[in-house]
Amino acid sequence: MANHRASAVVAPLVVALLSTPGCGAGGSESTLLVFAAASLSDAFEELGEAFETAHPGMDVDFSFGSSAGLAQQVLDGAPADVFASADVSHVVEIVDAGTGQEVVPFARNRLVLAVPRGNPGRVSSLADVTDEALLVGVCAPHVPCGRAARSLFASVGVAASVDTEEIDARSLLSKLAAGELDVGLAYRTDVQAAGGTVDVIDVTAGDGEITYAATVVIHPRPAATADRFVAFIGGTAGQSILRRHGFLTP
Amino acid sequence: MLLVPLAVAGVGFLLLPFAGLLQRTPWSSLPSLVTEPVVVDALRLSVVTATLATVTSLVLGVPLAWVLARMTFPGRALLRALVTLPMVLPPVVGGTALLFALGRRGLVGGPLERATGILLPFSTAGVVVATTFVAMPFLVITLEAALRGADRRYEDAAATLGARRLTVFRRVTLPLVAPSLLAGTVLCWARALGEFGATITFAGNLQGRTQTMPLAVFLALESDREAAIALSLVLIALSLVVLVALRDRWSPFP
Repeated sequence: MANHRASAVVAPLVVALLSTPGCGAGGSESTLLVFAAASLSDAFEELGEAFETAHPGMDVDFSFGSSAGLAQQVLDGAPADVFASADVSHVVEIVDAGTGQEVVPFARNRLVLAVPRGNPGRVSSLADVTDEALLVGVCAPHVPCGRAARSLFASVGVAASVDTEEIDARSLLSKLAAGELDVGLAYRTDVQAAGGTVDVIDVTAGDGEITYAATVVIHPRPAATADRFVAFIGGTAGQSILRRHGFLTP
Repeated sequence: MLLVPLAVAGVGFLLLPFAGLLQRTPWSSLPSLVTEPVVVDALRLSVVTATLATVTSLVLGVPLAWVLARMTFPGRALLRALVTLPMVLPPVVGGTALLFALGRRGLVGGPLERATGILLPFSTAGVVVATTFVAMPFLVITLEAALRGADRRYEDAAATLGARRLTVFRRVTLPLVAPSLLAGTVLCWARALGEFGATITFAGNLQGRTQTMPLAVFLALESDREAAIALSLVLIALSLVVLVALRDRWSPFP
């Protein structure tokens, strides 16, 4: 958390330094500051490098954090050029406030059932999380996968017999990989980041899906290259990077 | 005389963070925050598990301290060092090691589950195991130092008069080191009460079953800072009450 805040403070300074008049006429447009959801960090770091390679002379800096926190910062006038959120509603909020151009959905993420290799608990569907004989893990409600699991249980009316609420997706997945839990709920991208140490069973029922969306930020006018970055996210190169990190197409 | 100014500086250093905490305390919402079910559950679980961990530590740790202090055998220095390992090990690593040993696929945990159906991780018993692992060395080290410093002539005299080893231990040795035994017990209990890393790694986190106060504080810090401060105050108040009460009652140095 502190890290993200620190980078949110430092990144604008970097931008200010890089865009001094000494850099030439186009200087102020050569560096983009992108505010993005923490769950995008791995994919966006890679995407940023690909963008810089495709557009020589352009730099992309990121500030990662919780979507809600970043949205608040954008509304408070933080100098972001692009905002990419894990929840489309935050982007809508910014566009409605006149601070963003348009809502561009670019990826989806979905909760899946993660099980230890070989599925020792013989889990087959979401209904199995009610089985008291199985050790069931979710994320704690302060992390996105925990909130999403709770609303998924509520939306399908499942009374899950949860045995632990882990502090984050990584610790949940490491306990699944170690075989200490029988089943856990995590995002596809969390499982992907765990490097295939667990098996995945798709959740077919309910509302376990989120849509990621981005917008060009107006402050007080949009950066000239911001729309190119947003287009790059939705383009072939951007989409293939996102898919590789476990995201689904919008 | 330099001692007093330095002592004052020491007290200031130790108390400054608490002053910071008090200054940020949401006094008006405190009563409603500390009576929430999640707080009440965590507080009860913390007191119960810390006390059980202390009892377990006494049962296993007092004989261990005696063996380390009174018996001579090859490898005693190494054993003493090994006993203090949990004190230097990062608790999260300790918790992971406990999983490797007592988890479902662990060295002992696997056979234990197959034989008895008992599964320690993600259970209240698992919290007691994790906190005992981290807290017991504090009791052992304190008591062992006292035993080594105690005058052995009383024990020798009792033995000469025909008392058996256990009787000597119970009637002579333990009363001799009573203040240190109490200090060690209190230290052990306090460490158990504040235990976080090994607990969350080995026992997980579930309200009412494994979510102790430190876990509740940690999770609240991520979402609701005021609640986290209120929880910390409860934890501090509880420890202060117990520590002060015991000190006034038992210490030979009031």
